Amino acid sequence: MDLSSINPTLLLASLLVAATPILIAAIGELVAERSGVLNLGVEGMMITGAICGFIIAVETGSPLLGFIAAAIGGALLSMLFALLTLFALANQVASGLALTLFGLGVSALMGQGYVGIKPPPTPKLDIPLLSDLPFFGPVLFSHDLMVYFGIALVAAVWAMLKYTRAGLILRAVGENHDAAHALGYKVVRVRLMAIGFGGACAGLGGAYISLVRVPQWTEGMTAGAGWIALALVVFASWKAGRVLLGAWLFGGITVLQLNLQAAGVAIPVEYLSMSPYLITILVLVIMSSDRSRAPASLGRIFHASG
Amino acid sequence: MTDTLLTISGLTKAYPGVVANDTVSFEIKEGEVHALLGENGAGKSTLVKMIYGLVKPDSGTMTLRGEVFAPPEPRAARATGVAMVFQHFSLFDALNVAENIALGMENPPPMGDLASRIREVSENYGLPLDPFRTVGDLSAGERQRVEIIRCLLQDPKLLIMDEPTSVLTPQEVEILFQTLRKLTSEGVAILYISHKLEEIRTLCDHATILRLGKNVSTCIPAETSARDMAELMVGSAFASPARADRELGEIALDISGLSVASTGAFGTPLRNIHLTVQEGEILGIGGVAGNGQDELLTALSGEVTTDHDAVKFMGQPVGRLGPTARREMGLLTAPEERLGHAAAPDMSLIENALLTAAQRENLMHRGFLKWADTRSFANRVIEAFDVRTPGPENAARSLSGGNLQKFVIGREVLQNPKVLVVNQPTWGVDAAAAASIRQSLLDLAAGGTAVICISQDLDELMEISDRFGALNEGRLSDIRPAQGLTVDEIGLMMGGAHGMEVAHG
Repeated sequence: MDLSSINPTLLLASLLVAATPILIAAIGELVAERSGVLNLGVEGMMITGAICGFIIAVETGSPLLGFIAAAIGGALLSMLFALLTLFALANQVASGLALTLFGLGVSALMGQGYVGIKPPPTPKLDIPLLSDLPFFGPVLFSHDLMVYFGIALVAAVWAMLKYTRAGLILRAVGENHDAAHALGYKVVRVRLMAIGFGGACAGLGGAYISLVRVPQWTEGMTAGAGWIALALVVFASWKAGRVLLGAWLFGGITVLQLNLQAAGVAIPVEYLSMSPYLITILVLVIMSSDRSRAPASLGRIFHASG
Repeated sequence: MTDTLLTISGLTKAYPGVVANDTVSFEIKEGEVHALLGENGAGKSTLVKMIYGLVKPDSGTMTLRGEVFAPPEPRAARATGVAMVFQHFSLFDALNVAENIALGMENPPPMGDLASRIREVSENYGLPLDPFRTVGDLSAGERQRVEIIRCLLQDPKLLIMDEPTSVLTPQEVEILFQTLRKLTSEGVAILYISHKLEEIRTLCDHATILRLGKNVSTCIPAETSARDMAELMVGSAFASPARADRELGEIALDISGLSVASTGAFGTPLRNIHLTVQEGEILGIGGVAGNGQDELLTALSGEVTTDHDAVKFMGQPVGRLGPTARREMGLLTAPEERLGHAAAPDMSLIENALLTAAQRENLMHRGFLKWADTRSFANRVIEAFDVRTPGPENAARSLSGGNLQKFVIGREVLQNPKVLVVNQPTWGVDAAAAASIRQSLLDLAAGGTAVICISQDLDELMEISDRFGALNEGRLSDIRPAQGLTVDEIGLMMGGAHGMEVAHG
């Protein structure tokens, strides 16, 4: 065992990269859930985004176009969920699970010709001076743009929910959709937009895995990241800041346990592999033991009567 | 101030199978309080929803101050000066007062300015309120103040109030009336919906009475007796509940030192409750909603178990027994919430009858259900309590609130309980049906049953109960004979006006 082989600079730098996909997917799901929609299809939307982004990036040679296509792909799939739950008034849990299965199947079909191909590399930030700083340079200033985009998105969602009228209406719809309807707010329209935003974010998160993190295409490559994002939203008590914290914690321990495995620590690999899940959930459960609670209309079907 | 504010003429709205409003016409003058009366299902809600822009009329017109008024949505109605305080408060528990108010406004000012305007208006009208408290923590009276202030901040010309006093203590009602009178003196018209006829007699200038969707008559409440108004609503005479002399028997239910932790996040724990009820006696328990009524009912029904000796039924401790065992012994309960607690909404009336009556009516045999017997039991309930439904196969959800209430009370009454606990037995039920439900409770007591009636309707409690106590923050007041209690005494037993003693200078 040689712990000195673990480089803290690289560890922190790869923490941000490992956290980004679940961070972006979770913040999208958080918005959907704050509007009262429980979309369990995050995994399906992520994998769909992963393959959409991969195909477009490979065909056009532009990672940027790839990410845009991923967002559109995820959002399109989420519209299927919206159609089922908002207009056909189907059960949200069942529809979400169906969406995940459907997304896994569709992505496998779409990706048949793309196994074993390398996507065009996503450029990394390279700021003269800042990126050359020892320690801070590699940790903070040398990532690809999506890492910064993810963090900015969390800040934007937090500010939107807390300070804007749009955020207030979103929270009101998620809290009591009947009252919001009685006041004349368009419950279905608000939820439609929230679901679409959640889908686009999940798509982006998925594309980050296939274009940056791995980067290649294999079937089912999101490997449960969507479920982690879902769990993160719940254990973060539907608060944007805690989602960021939880994603970093999860990313950090994932990277750390990989490093520990490489360093040959005398703990069975299985325990190390499960540690990110256990520790993230444990920490967030302890944090969510205050009196914060779920949006009161979460998962309930809205039907305007009278 | 006798100019006409709102004229409604020939308003009609039909839903599949039912005409909710059939050529309704009346006028509201500026600065008057206009009452809208009618039984459950008479079309009052549909009518105010049309005025507020939530529902579009099929035909007919409205004019507001001489101009055509056809709001396509509530926003438009609010913009022209129509505001509404809802029966079931349309508030968001997890948001604070200022946020709730901002949601009801078209162009809310920044939060800081809004908070100071809320303070200003609330002091002007004697409705103290802290803009930054979370609504979920407020009492029912305070929540209503939030709704009223939300309306007042928009300088309304017409304020619609749907059953505003059903959750208030007498003192809070008095404060509300002072606020409303102050508003009318400023020229605001109020459209007031209530089942409480005495309140309408005190407050309202004119009344329009709806029956089966049509406006059948108008009256001046101050000059009409409550009974005449009730008969106008029903369209025929009905009997008031009559008390028979009854002999009190053994102590049927003895509760001593009952304390129960609260179940829900916004619930109230019960603290050291003592009470006894004798056979043939009706004990009325008043109090504003959310002061431990639901918890008391669940502790008595067995949904929540307690110390074994805290609840004694006919001398036997039953505190640790569950609902089924208690039902078998003859301790029956009818909870408040009709859809979801007292009845399973999507199951038929037959199935719902089976759910509580299986033991006492012998509707099961070795685990198999006797559907024929259950059907005839459900039919007996429907007949005896005049439940209006096409048949017992219909889902509980399809019944109107009042009819379902008659069914869930009737289902327990017909099982010949030894002790019956009811919570809000006539909530949302019209005058005639309420009278028949109260009569059935009185008849039950006359037959030797001990009845505990938990209710927020003080008139009801005074009408039927022998002794009266009030719940306040999970504590039960001293229990006193009901006869001779004054409204002020009752109000104090209920905990007064919750710190609302405000100068109405």
